Amino acid sequence: MAEPPLVEVDGLTVEARAPDGSRFPIVRDASFHIARGEVLALIGESGSGKTTIALSLLGYARPGCRISGGRIRVGETEVLSLSARDLRDLRGRRVAYVAQSAAAAFNPSRTIMAQVTEIARIHGIASSDKAETRAKKLFADLALPDPETIGRRYPHQVSGGQLQRLMAAMALIAGPELVILDEPTTALDVTTQIEVLRAFRAVVRDRGTTGVYVSHDLAVVAQMADRIVVLRDGLIREVGPTGQIITEPRHPYTQSLLAAARPRPGGGAAPDASAPSLLEVSDLSAGYGRVAVLQDIALRIPRGAALGVIGESGCGKSTLARVIAGLLPWSSGTVQLAGKALSPSIAGRDADELRRVQLVFQSADTALNPARSVARILGRPLQKFHGLSGPALRQRVVALLDLVQMPGRLADRLPGELSGGQKQRVNLARALAAEPDLILCDEVTSALDTVVGAAILELMHRLRRELGVSYMFISHDLHTVRAVCDEVMVLYAGRSVEVGTREGIETSPWHPYAQLLFSSVPELRQGWLAQRPPRPEGEVPVAGRAGPACAFFPRCPARIEPTCADVAPPLRVLAKGSTIACHRQEAELLSLS
Amino acid sequence: MNTPAAALEADAPVAPRRRRLPGIAALAGIGITLFWIAMAVFGPLIAPHEAGAIVDEDVFSPISAAFPLGTDYLGRDMLSRILWGTRYTVGVALAAAVIASGSGLLLGMSAAAWGGWLDSVISRVIDTLVAIPSKMFALVVVAAFGSTVPVLVLTAGIIYIPGAYRIARSLAVGVNALDFVRVARARGEGTFYVIREEILPNIIGPVLADFGLRFVFIVLLLSGLSFLGLGVQPPNADWGSLVRENLSGLHEGAPAVLMPALAIATLTIGVNLLIDSVSGRPRGEAG
Repeated sequence: MAEPPLVEVDGLTVEARAPDGSRFPIVRDASFHIARGEVLALIGESGSGKTTIALSLLGYARPGCRISGGRIRVGETEVLSLSARDLRDLRGRRVAYVAQSAAAAFNPSRTIMAQVTEIARIHGIASSDKAETRAKKLFADLALPDPETIGRRYPHQVSGGQLQRLMAAMALIAGPELVILDEPTTALDVTTQIEVLRAFRAVVRDRGTTGVYVSHDLAVVAQMADRIVVLRDGLIREVGPTGQIITEPRHPYTQSLLAAARPRPGGGAAPDASAPSLLEVSDLSAGYGRVAVLQDIALRIPRGAALGVIGESGCGKSTLARVIAGLLPWSSGTVQLAGKALSPSIAGRDADELRRVQLVFQSADTALNPARSVARILGRPLQKFHGLSGPALRQRVVALLDLVQMPGRLADRLPGELSGGQKQRVNLARALAAEPDLILCDEVTSALDTVVGAAILELMHRLRRELGVSYMFISHDLHTVRAVCDEVMVLYAGRSVEVGTREGIETSPWHPYAQLLFSSVPELRQGWLAQRPPRPEGEVPVAGRAGPACAFFPRCPARIEPTCADVAPPLRVLAKGSTIACHRQEAELLSLS
Repeated sequence: MNTPAAALEADAPVAPRRRRLPGIAALAGIGITLFWIAMAVFGPLIAPHEAGAIVDEDVFSPISAAFPLGTDYLGRDMLSRILWGTRYTVGVALAAAVIASGSGLLLGMSAAAWGGWLDSVISRVIDTLVAIPSKMFALVVVAAFGSTVPVLVLTAGIIYIPGAYRIARSLAVGVNALDFVRVARARGEGTFYVIREEILPNIIGPVLADFGLRFVFIVLLLSGLSFLGLGVQPPNADWGSLVRENLSGLHEGAPAVLMPALAIATLTIGVNLLIDSVSGRPRGEAG
C-alpha cells in the first residue's frame, strides 16, 4: 500500500478584509497533496494567492487575512486546529520558511551563526555546539565559501546570493519535514541565481526534504519541482507533473503563461545599419562624485532601430539612460542626437532636444504622479512640447490612450485606480505624447507579471513599427531584450564588453562574460540545471570600484594571468560583426562556448 | 493583435473608485472644530453681555439660568467672557500655525527640490532655531517687546517653524527622489513647477495633519503664557488668562475656572480627532 502523502490540503479558503470592512476570498477551495520527499511548486502571478497558500501551511495568515475554511494536515498534525503554543512548535521545527528577501530577513546586528542556529536553540533541539557543527555541515553542502568561518560574519559582509543560501541553512537546521521556499531567487541576478538554485536543489534532494517552491518563473520551477500547481485569482487552475505542465499544458491560462514566459523575438525587417544615426555616443564616462560608474561607452542607434543594454544589477545600465537623458551630466565624451552634439545637462538643451529623447522608468508606481489624473499626466507634455490646450488636448489624450490600447474613459482616473499593466501603458503614452525620436526604456517590464509584461513588449514592438521610434531598451533579462531589440550591448562593471546584433550575440556570444550571462538564463525544460556544468562564482563587482584592468578577471574562465589583470582588454571586431573587449583571440573564445 | 496575453490583461482587476465615509471620531472632531471656529467669528455677536461688563453682585456664582456658565471673580458673565476670548485663543493660534506651517512647508519644499547649498543653509539656520529653548524664547521676546497680539502671533509662529520645516522637508525629499519627478525634470520643467505640481499635491495630506498638530501646540503654548500672565493682557482675555484670573475660585469649585479649561480641552481634543481622520498618505493611493 502506498504511503499517505505528507501534506494534505483540502478545501482551503482564505479571506481578506477590504478597507470598507467587507470580506472577500483571496484563496478559494484549494486542495492538493504533497508526497514525502516531493517538491511541489505553486506558480502564478502576483495576487494569485500562491504565497497565501504557502503561509497557511505554517498555520499563518497575513494581517487582515483569515483562514476561513478547509483542512491542512502535515504528517499527523491538523495545522488549523492547533493552539498558538503548538503552532510555535510546528513553525521552524517541522515546517520551515525561506523568504524572498534574505537581506530583510536577517538581523544586521547579529552574527550569521547566531541567527542560523537560533531555531535549534529556541526549540531545544540541539546544544549550541551541536547546532554549530550542523550549521557548518549545511554551509558546506550549500557550497558556501569558508564554511568554518562564514558564520562569524555579519549579514552585510556576505553577498546576496550567499545570504539567500544562509537563509536556507537557517530553515534546514532543525531538520524540518517541510520547507517552504517563497520566491527565493527572484531578487538575485541570473549568474548568481543559478548557483543558488543548484545549492538548493542539492540539499533538498540529498536530505529527501519535502518542499513547496513558490515562484512566478516557470523556467526556474522546471528545475526544482516534481509537480506544479498553477494558480490564478486564488483558484487552482491546473495540477500536474512538471513535465506535463511545461510540455502539454491543458488549461488555457497555463498555455498563456508558457507563451508569455518566452516572448517571441521581435521579427520584422532586419535593422538597416546604413540608416542615418539617431544617437551616437562615444568615449562616454560618467559617475557620481568621484566614483566613475560608466567608462568609455560607445554606442550607435540608427534611426528606427532598437538597442538592448543588458547587464546585472550595479553594472551601470540605468545610469546610462540617465546620462543620455541629461539627468546626470557626463564627465567626458560626446553624445550626438541626429548629428548634433547634445549638452550634458538638461539646462543646456533646447525644448526640441528635450522632446526628442524621452524616458520610461521601470516602476509605473513611482513614475506616475499619484495625485494627478491620467489626463493631466499625459496633457503636460502635449501642452509643453506641442502647445495643445482645451478640446484639442483632450482629443489627443484619448488618442494616446487608444494608441496604448486603453479605453479613453480611464483618462480621469488617478494612477492608483489603474492596474499595474495599465499604469505602465500610461507611462509609455506619456513618453509618446512628446512624439519623440528616441525612448529610453529602463526595465519597463521587470515590475510586471509575465503575461502583462509580454503584452507591453508586444505593444512596444508595434509602436516601433507604426511610429518609427527608436528604443534604447535597458534590461537584465535576455528574453525581454530579445523581444524588442535588433542590437544588444552587454555591460559589465560600467564597461561595454560586447556589442553585436541580436542574432549574432544570441547564437554565439563571444565575450566570456556574455557567455556566462546568457547560459545562466534558465531554460524552460526539465534537467537543464543538472546538465549545466558548475561555473566559478565570484563577487559581482560594483561599477566604479578600482580593480583589475578587466573587471571580469576574477570570474573569467579564460583569463590570461597576469595580462588580464594588468592591461586593459583591447576592442576586437569579430568576423560576425560583434565588437568585444577581450585579450583572447576569436578562435580561443569559440572553443570556450 | 488580440493575443491571449492582451486578452488576459484586459480583465485584470482594477481598483474601483472608493470614498470612505468619515468615522464617528472624525465627525466629532469636525463638529467641535467647526463649532469653535464659528464661535471665534460670531461669538461676540451672540454673547449676552460685553466682555468687561460686571453684571452680577455676587462673585464666582454657580451655573444659573441668567449666567449659564456662572460668573467670575468680579461678577462678570463667564459665557460672554469665554465667547469673547475664543477670538484670541483660536485666532492667535490659527495665525501663528499658518505662519509656522506655511513657512515650514515653503522652506522644506525649496530645500528638497533645490538641494545642495540651499538645503544646507536652510537646514543649519533651522537647527540653530531649535537650539533655543522655545518657552525661554517666548518669555524673552514678550519681555522685550511687550505682549501685543502681533508679537504673540510671530513668536509662536517662529517657535514652531522648525518642526513644520522638518516634516515638510523629509516628505518632500522622499517625493523628489521618485521617478515622476525625474521624468518632469528630463522634460525640462523648472523647479517651481516641480514643487507646485509634483511635490506639493503628494505631501499636502500629512502636512495638513501636521498643521493641526502645530495649532494644538500653539493653543497650549499661548494658554500657558497667558496663565503666567504674559499672554493677552487685561481687560482682554483669552482662555488661558481666564483660568488664571479665576484661579482663586478653584477651591470653591467655581465654574469660572473650570469652564475656560474645558474650552481649551475640547478645542485641542476636537482638532486632534479631526487631524487623525486626515489621511497621512498621499492622495490617490489605493487603500
